[in-house]
Amino acid sequence: MIGNLILAPVFIHLVIAVLQLTAWRKTLTQRILSVGGALAALITAISLFTHVYNNGTVTVNASNWQAPFGIVFVADLLGSTMVLLTSIAGFAVSLFSATGLSRQRMLYGYFPIFHFLLMGLNGAFLTGDIFNLYVWFEVIIISSFVLMTLGGRKTQLEGALKYMSMNILASMFFLTGIGILYGMTGSLNMADLATKMNDVQNRSLVGITSIFFILGFGIKSAVFPLYFWLPSSYHTPPSAVAATFGGLLTKVGIYAMLRVHSLIFVPDDFTKKLLMVIAVLTILTGSFGAITKTNIRRLFSYLIVCHIGFMMGGIAMFTKVALMGTVFYLIHDIMVKTNMFLIAGVIMQQRGAMSIEKLGGLYKEYPKISLLIAVVLFSLVGIPPLSGFWPKIFLFKESFATHQYFFIAALIIGSLVTLYVIAKLWAEVFWKDTPPGIQVDNKFEAFPFYRKLLLVLPIGILALVTVYIGLNAEAIIQVAERISDELLDTSSYINAVFKN
Amino acid sequence: MELLLILVMGLLYAGGIYFILRRSMVKLLLGIMLLGSATNILIFVLGAIVKAKPPIIGSMHEVLDNSFADPVPQALILTAIVISFALTAFAIVLLKRVYALLETDDLDNLNTPEEEDI
Repeated sequence: MIGNLILAPVFIHLVIAVLQLTAWRKTLTQRILSVGGALAALITAISLFTHVYNNGTVTVNASNWQAPFGIVFVADLLGSTMVLLTSIAGFAVSLFSATGLSRQRMLYGYFPIFHFLLMGLNGAFLTGDIFNLYVWFEVIIISSFVLMTLGGRKTQLEGALKYMSMNILASMFFLTGIGILYGMTGSLNMADLATKMNDVQNRSLVGITSIFFILGFGIKSAVFPLYFWLPSSYHTPPSAVAATFGGLLTKVGIYAMLRVHSLIFVPDDFTKKLLMVIAVLTILTGSFGAITKTNIRRLFSYLIVCHIGFMMGGIAMFTKVALMGTVFYLIHDIMVKTNMFLIAGVIMQQRGAMSIEKLGGLYKEYPKISLLIAVVLFSLVGIPPLSGFWPKIFLFKESFATHQYFFIAALIIGSLVTLYVIAKLWAEVFWKDTPPGIQVDNKFEAFPFYRKLLLVLPIGILALVTVYIGLNAEAIIQVAERISDELLDTSSYINAVFKN
Repeated sequence: MELLLILVMGLLYAGGIYFILRRSMVKLLLGIMLLGSATNILIFVLGAIVKAKPPIIGSMHEVLDNSFADPVPQALILTAIVISFALTAFAIVLLKRVYALLETDDLDNLNTPEEEDI
């Protein structure tokens, strides 16, 4: 029975997407199905999370094939936390899309593809088979290609071309790695691989294979030399799409890296050093990029890159406290980054522009919405009681303990630049008066009340979750601590898969 | 047989990398396709090739004996081929749209400034 609960978050989105395909061009039916389905997925994700939190890792074997031979789905605490976060973000974006998207895009199948994307994400977080993980990655990227090109504007197609070629290349690296891994061990099950990796004699081949995985996941999570596709494509699709991408897609790369590095390739000194160099350079280049941008969404894209570096640094140190920092930051980042792009969407509706030179006067016109947005911006920066502050404590503490002074410097620069950029954003967009001579195209004002509510409500929900994470940090720290224990000592995962 | 496959694989990788480093969009796509085929051959070779030994259990036996062709890499390749077929089909249509809009094949021209709707 509990096995079905593991697969429920995947299947709900599949069923919803298929139902929506039968309601082609009936946008109202699709919207209701989308919000209802996302809510159902959220409820199952909460029950899955509470079950896993109370009773430990649960698994289900596909078609009842025994563990190393068939595909196994595993809901451990990390996986079910990620599913929960995906469902919260998915619900918020689904609410926002119900009114925040042009009718043309809905007519050409935005909602079914959106649910296929969420299905792929949930599948990737729950699978215990490395080749199956590859297949879920492909489900994710092909859905994201469609979402990115939907609408067919020139900039969108250009961005999509860069996004597509880099992501296909990443999958190729990933697949090559899987092939070599299978050649070495004769297994694809991640728990089985974890036990068999130690017996492999040819250690240099193991090292090379791990580089393939770092390359593949590095492109997907947008780390230093491999991130250039992200800022040149994430600002092009509509905000609802960008919110899903910015909040969830790069974090799948971080999740996969956590999973693969804890189970299969436990980082040695070389890998740790490599990841640390990547992390430092990611933070620096991401933050310098953010300073130079004036388009809000491009700025947010660079902030994504910058904050990916924080999480990479935690993986690079690979100690309990550092992994706690990474996991906590992951939880915080998914909520906040999704919200940032939704906020950009609301600003777009209110002003019809994205460049901060053309924006202004939002605080005067919409003081309540602006204060709500301020909460989100504060937690992104990491003002103490809010969610961005807590993970940084762990990262600082551990980098002092392991003498990673370059990383400390990068953390400080990254946080400072985030603060500077957000302060600039606040002053220019919210406090400054609308610049003279700018024609304001305010669609938001003319909307009926329910549409305004549906646009602002998802931001409110995500902000509430962010505030909860910040104020009830102790509970989140406990979850993060258990996850990092499970990542360092994988025996509970392996035992759960083999049922002994 | 293995040596031949390895040589082909090396050629495909080399050709693929050469193509994706070119500026033309079509060559980029060709390069990605070549790399995909090379990866498939890699998986095939890593599954240890044996001749005429299908993994079928005879009626007299309970388990497979001796060496036999591993079916798993072939299943993996089949999956990878289907996926790359879908991706390639999408990529061709996307390239065609981009070409129709920009009338250029050069990747360096893909930098239209932000036009700001939606």
